[in-house]
Amino acid sequence: MKRSTPSRSGMRVPTKSSSGMRVPTTRSSRRAVLGGITAGGLLAAFGLPVARAAGKARPRVVVVGGGFAGASCARALKNNDRALDVTLIEPSATYTACPFSNAVIAGLRPLESQTFGYDRLRSTGVKVVHRRVGAVDTQQRTVRLDDGKQLAYDRLVIAPGVDLRFDAIPGYTEAAAEAMPHAWKAGEQTLLLRRQLEEMKDGGVVVMSAPANPYRCPPGPYERASLIAHYLKTNKPRSKLILLDAKDAFSKQKLFESAWKELYPGLIEWVALSSGGLVTRVEPATRTFVTEFATHRADVANMIPPQRAAQAATIAGVADQTGWCPVDPVSFESRLQPAVHVIGDAIIAGGMPKSAFAANAQAQECARAIIDLLRDRSPAAPKLINTCYSLVAPDYGISIAGVYRPVDGVLTDVPGAGGVSPLDAPKSVRVQEAAYAQAWFNNITRSVFG
Amino acid sequence: MNGSFCKPGTWTPLHQSRAAAFAARAKQKPRFLLGFILAAAMMMALPVLAIGDSPPGAASCLGCHPAAANDGPVPALAKLPARQIVTAMQEYRSGTRPATVMDRIAKGFSDEEIDAIAQWYARANKK
Repeated sequence: MKRSTPSRSGMRVPTKSSSGMRVPTTRSSRRAVLGGITAGGLLAAFGLPVARAAGKARPRVVVVGGGFAGASCARALKNNDRALDVTLIEPSATYTACPFSNAVIAGLRPLESQTFGYDRLRSTGVKVVHRRVGAVDTQQRTVRLDDGKQLAYDRLVIAPGVDLRFDAIPGYTEAAAEAMPHAWKAGEQTLLLRRQLEEMKDGGVVVMSAPANPYRCPPGPYERASLIAHYLKTNKPRSKLILLDAKDAFSKQKLFESAWKELYPGLIEWVALSSGGLVTRVEPATRTFVTEFATHRADVANMIPPQRAAQAATIAGVADQTGWCPVDPVSFESRLQPAVHVIGDAIIAGGMPKSAFAANAQAQECARAIIDLLRDRSPAAPKLINTCYSLVAPDYGISIAGVYRPVDGVLTDVPGAGGVSPLDAPKSVRVQEAAYAQAWFNNITRSVFG
Repeated sequence: MNGSFCKPGTWTPLHQSRAAAFAARAKQKPRFLLGFILAAAMMMALPVLAIGDSPPGAASCLGCHPAAANDGPVPALAKLPARQIVTAMQEYRSGTRPATVMDRIAKGFSDEEIDAIAQWYARANKK
């Protein structure tokens, strides 16, 4: 993963990421609560463009990051009001989606089916600029790109995704990811892990390491273990998979463990934190994981390291000392910088997991809030849904769902809603959920990129 | 989790329950027509699925439900009349309609919220 080094010359780069400073944000437009009877509110209620309602030149929204959060938010903003000036900043010419990339690792689908371009987004009127962000000036409300070009904004959306931390596990550097791929950002790393599995002899040992919370895609490591087990069972049945975990519990655990027992008996060994699952050091040359209790030498090593909000969040000054971004759950406005919104995996989202579904849901609600704020209205409290499907086998899907709303400034589970697939569901439901997983992927990628 | 869902053989494919709902709707034609006229009148001022006007929860549905194209196992909400969405959500919530995930999601919404969501999709429906 290439990362840019932000140039800091000529522009003040906010460095409030660890100060915990809180800036009054959407509260200031509380007076617009009666928006329904103000002129702006009336105009807006009848769907007139924001620009005319606000009585000024085209409001400018800059969105940084072209994944499920950023691309979706840019599109929702433009779809809602073509008079908005929406620019998406994304270094890559194509986006490689992580959901379903575990199926690529297991040889069940090509990487091409994970790859999406930005042409359709462009055709909706969103300007897409393939550059990196060099600096953000939240006082002047400008973003400077790595080519020196400067963009002014009325509202800025940061949707940076995650950076993998190559400083967290001794020995696990960016270079080590060649011998011990993370494959936690889909692309070359996905293919690398795939090739290593293909080249492994029957009877080999695959060792995976899953990080402590929070991280991108909570059920992801367990779906990956399942689908690798499916590959091994089908092609290299004498092989084994050890999953070292920095946690004592994980998402959909009972469902996964029950399915493993049924589909891959004896193949997957899950090592919990309390049983020595915490990796304290790796030796890439020998593909060795060192834990508190033991040393595991792997034939194929998949190290999923701890993560943090990606660099654009630091550049914009919206990440705090935890490495993640605190936001107002109504508007997704940063708690650290005014007029800057943060969505997707980078945020501290309370009960919501870091998933593509959640990112897309947050993107829509953030777009809605930005439209309100540009109209000088106070955004209404949102309600958000998350649904995460995991494949345990190609025709065996399980899910976890949740409904969330802001409570005391935190996105909180609605009691009585959500939960996981039933433990005792018939096979037909597992088949159906696998089909729904695919349908979800098709729908979300088409609605965001297609 | 509702008990009936867990028993083998009680699960119904989505298209069957949709067909049943369609049949139920046909019986209520006069009210349905009135809704149609009202929604059509409102459409003159409202853009299709404009997120700026969406009620709480509505936008999240679009993660799985296509906005308009009905080409997968999950129905496009903007193709459905409000009443059909309301009925489905109430039945998912009470557990009387077989479900995979919608029973879990519907439990997070009140009658008022469901109604607002259904109306929002219905407005786009008539474009």
